[in-house]
Amino acid sequence: MDTKKINGILENYPDIKGNLISVLHEIQSLYNYLPEEALRYLSRKTRVPLTRLYSIATFYHFFSLTPKGRHQVHVCLGTACHVKGSQRVLDEVERRLCVKEGETTDDMRYTVDAVRCVGACSLAPVMVVDKDTHSNVTSKKAMDILKKYD
Amino acid sequence: MIKKTKTAATKKTTKKSRPDDIIVKVCMGTGGMAAGGREVLDAFINKFAEKGLTGTVEKRCSANKVGCRGFCAKDVLVDVIIDGKSTTYQFVKPDMVEKIIDEHITGGAPVAGLLVGPEYKNFHSKQKKVLLANCGNIDPEDVDAYLATGGYKAAEKVISGMVPDEVIKEIKNSGLRGRGGAGFATGLKWELCRRSSGEKKYLICNADEGDPGAFMDRAIIEGDPHSVIEGMIIGAYAIGSTEGYVYIRAEYPLAVERLRLAIKQARERGYLGKDIMGHGHDFDIFVRLGAGAFVCGEETALIASLEDQIGEPRPKPPFPVNKGLWGMPTNINNVETWATVPRIINNGAKWFASIGTEKSKGTKIFSLVGKINNTGLVEVPMGMPLREIIYDIGGGIPKNKKYKAVQTGGPSGGCIDFDHIDVPVDYENLTAMGSIMGSGGMVVMDEDTCMVDIAKFFVSFCMDESCGQCTPCREGTKEMVRLLEDITHGRGTDEHIALLQELCLVIKEASLCGLGKTAPNPVLSTLKYFRNEYDAHIHDKKCPAGVCKTLICFSIDRSKCTGCTSCARNCPQMAITGEKKGPHMIDQEKCIRCGICFDACKFGAITRE
Repeated sequence: MDTKKINGILENYPDIKGNLISVLHEIQSLYNYLPEEALRYLSRKTRVPLTRLYSIATFYHFFSLTPKGRHQVHVCLGTACHVKGSQRVLDEVERRLCVKEGETTDDMRYTVDAVRCVGACSLAPVMVVDKDTHSNVTSKKAMDILKKYD
Repeated sequence: MIKKTKTAATKKTTKKSRPDDIIVKVCMGTGGMAAGGREVLDAFINKFAEKGLTGTVEKRCSANKVGCRGFCAKDVLVDVIIDGKSTTYQFVKPDMVEKIIDEHITGGAPVAGLLVGPEYKNFHSKQKKVLLANCGNIDPEDVDAYLATGGYKAAEKVISGMVPDEVIKEIKNSGLRGRGGAGFATGLKWELCRRSSGEKKYLICNADEGDPGAFMDRAIIEGDPHSVIEGMIIGAYAIGSTEGYVYIRAEYPLAVERLRLAIKQARERGYLGKDIMGHGHDFDIFVRLGAGAFVCGEETALIASLEDQIGEPRPKPPFPVNKGLWGMPTNINNVETWATVPRIINNGAKWFASIGTEKSKGTKIFSLVGKINNTGLVEVPMGMPLREIIYDIGGGIPKNKKYKAVQTGGPSGGCIDFDHIDVPVDYENLTAMGSIMGSGGMVVMDEDTCMVDIAKFFVSFCMDESCGQCTPCREGTKEMVRLLEDITHGRGTDEHIALLQELCLVIKEASLCGLGKTAPNPVLSTLKYFRNEYDAHIHDKKCPAGVCKTLICFSIDRSKCTGCTSCARNCPQMAITGEKKGPHMIDQEKCIRCGICFDACKFGAITRE
């Protein structure tokens, strides 16, 4: 773990009060997840109890305590996507990659998550891979899309 | 200093709208980008340079797939404006750009085959765009573009010439009600916060748009972020606040980026910061990201999240206007409400109150999605009947299927059946029908949507998103899901219904916050209007819509099967056998009812019952 980088993040927040979640966001974007060591270090530096950091990290879906794959696959299960069959897309992705939602493939290539609405309802069903939004995804199209991400 | 920038802005606009200018506007919202908007924009820039043409290639407002005037389904949409005359192209790909330039921009004749059809016009003609007026028209990353439309005039008018009580009176007279869901009178909330005592007062913009199926707040921030900032400046002056926060979903990266940029620009121009606009009032806005918790859309949970806590709602009273962020009086409004404020100041309370119904004033943005032809964001006067929204603007249901229901208000809302399609849409009527206005999501469902499955979908959503603090919500939603699972798996009995009804009442009465109190709504409203579907699952062990996997069976109609092998090739279980050009068969033992064959068959030979 690189304490310098975490110190660098903390420098932008002279007062930790009201900024804790922002700091966690930055640490997560640094490592792709929240490593235990980083949380322990953050706790020592900010004097925020580790239990509090742990409760925040586990309450909010956005944070993860386990490493994530190289590509984040988000299958939207919002209402519009649901009525247009996105559950079938998720089923197929899970079946083909041999993972359940929330899990990462053994080769660390993909982490599959179900998300509740990414606000792209007129493109439903939607699958977001990393920062790309893919529209009108079918169970068949989903695998072709995923192949493009190494 | 302000004056100077304003003159500069006016000059720039005059230059822009000079009649000999050629303007190309490419939709760059999330929808436009997903369809390749950036590549199309680059193609225009490159081709213009290559051909030595003078044109302004500017990013079109990115009010996302729909803010780009509504039709993300037709993205990438491109406007070509020559001598003030605008022509719109749909489904533009980078390789079409050269043709559009050669035939239209230099040749003078629009490329007929690529233009938008009549449905594009119908989609827009019945709408009344107040809040979405700028979305899709101005560059959201350019503060001068906002200034050129009269931006920040309302804030200047308020700060330089009105006392706070006058501002509150104006908002009260307009009849504006909160657009986030509950519909509380905005002016009254401001007044309560102003009268409340505290050494500091906070403003919060709730941009934690969590309702699945609603994305108007994102469209506004992506397409017209300065209008939200301006609304907050006016509110800050009226209430006497110096510090504001926008709590925005981390799932909206483009909106976050544009909002941060807009705040930076507003600070540079003196609209935010110390002594704003030179009238001695301080106000600044800070952005805080959510972290994927739906419950944080509830105001007290949002405040907890801003205070570095987990998003657990707090009992009310005390209300945030008395004891909010860090224990200080806090005024929370949602994005759409804040964006409405400058329009009311500019056009007057009378104007706003003249739109809409007796108790619901102004326009409202709805996101029209699901089984509907013209999906997108639509802005209409309050009180427009559902039928007009769905059929006239939305273009009806695809593939001539039958309308079954529209679900409004997100997970807390309810489903409205065909018998109520002519009821004017406003806060009171939606509540009377067992639904709510919510943030304005409208998910249209057709005959292929199973209402029991939908009820299960929403209750599972609430179960996942329950913060777990109070028992009725945490345990009650879990039990409701279990009962609904039983029904959709063919294990249901009449007792299940009775238990569901009892549970609904308990959860409604005993939950701490809005999430739990409204979680039973989807079950209650589907039981009220679609009881027959529950009965079909329970008594006939059938899912009439063909959705619930345990209760359906796929088979092949031998007379219609042409033996194209498409189904067999796509079947993940290799459950389909048959000779090429001969009728095929499904092995029911192997079939997992994924429905891929049903979608793959072009001849309608696969039946589902």
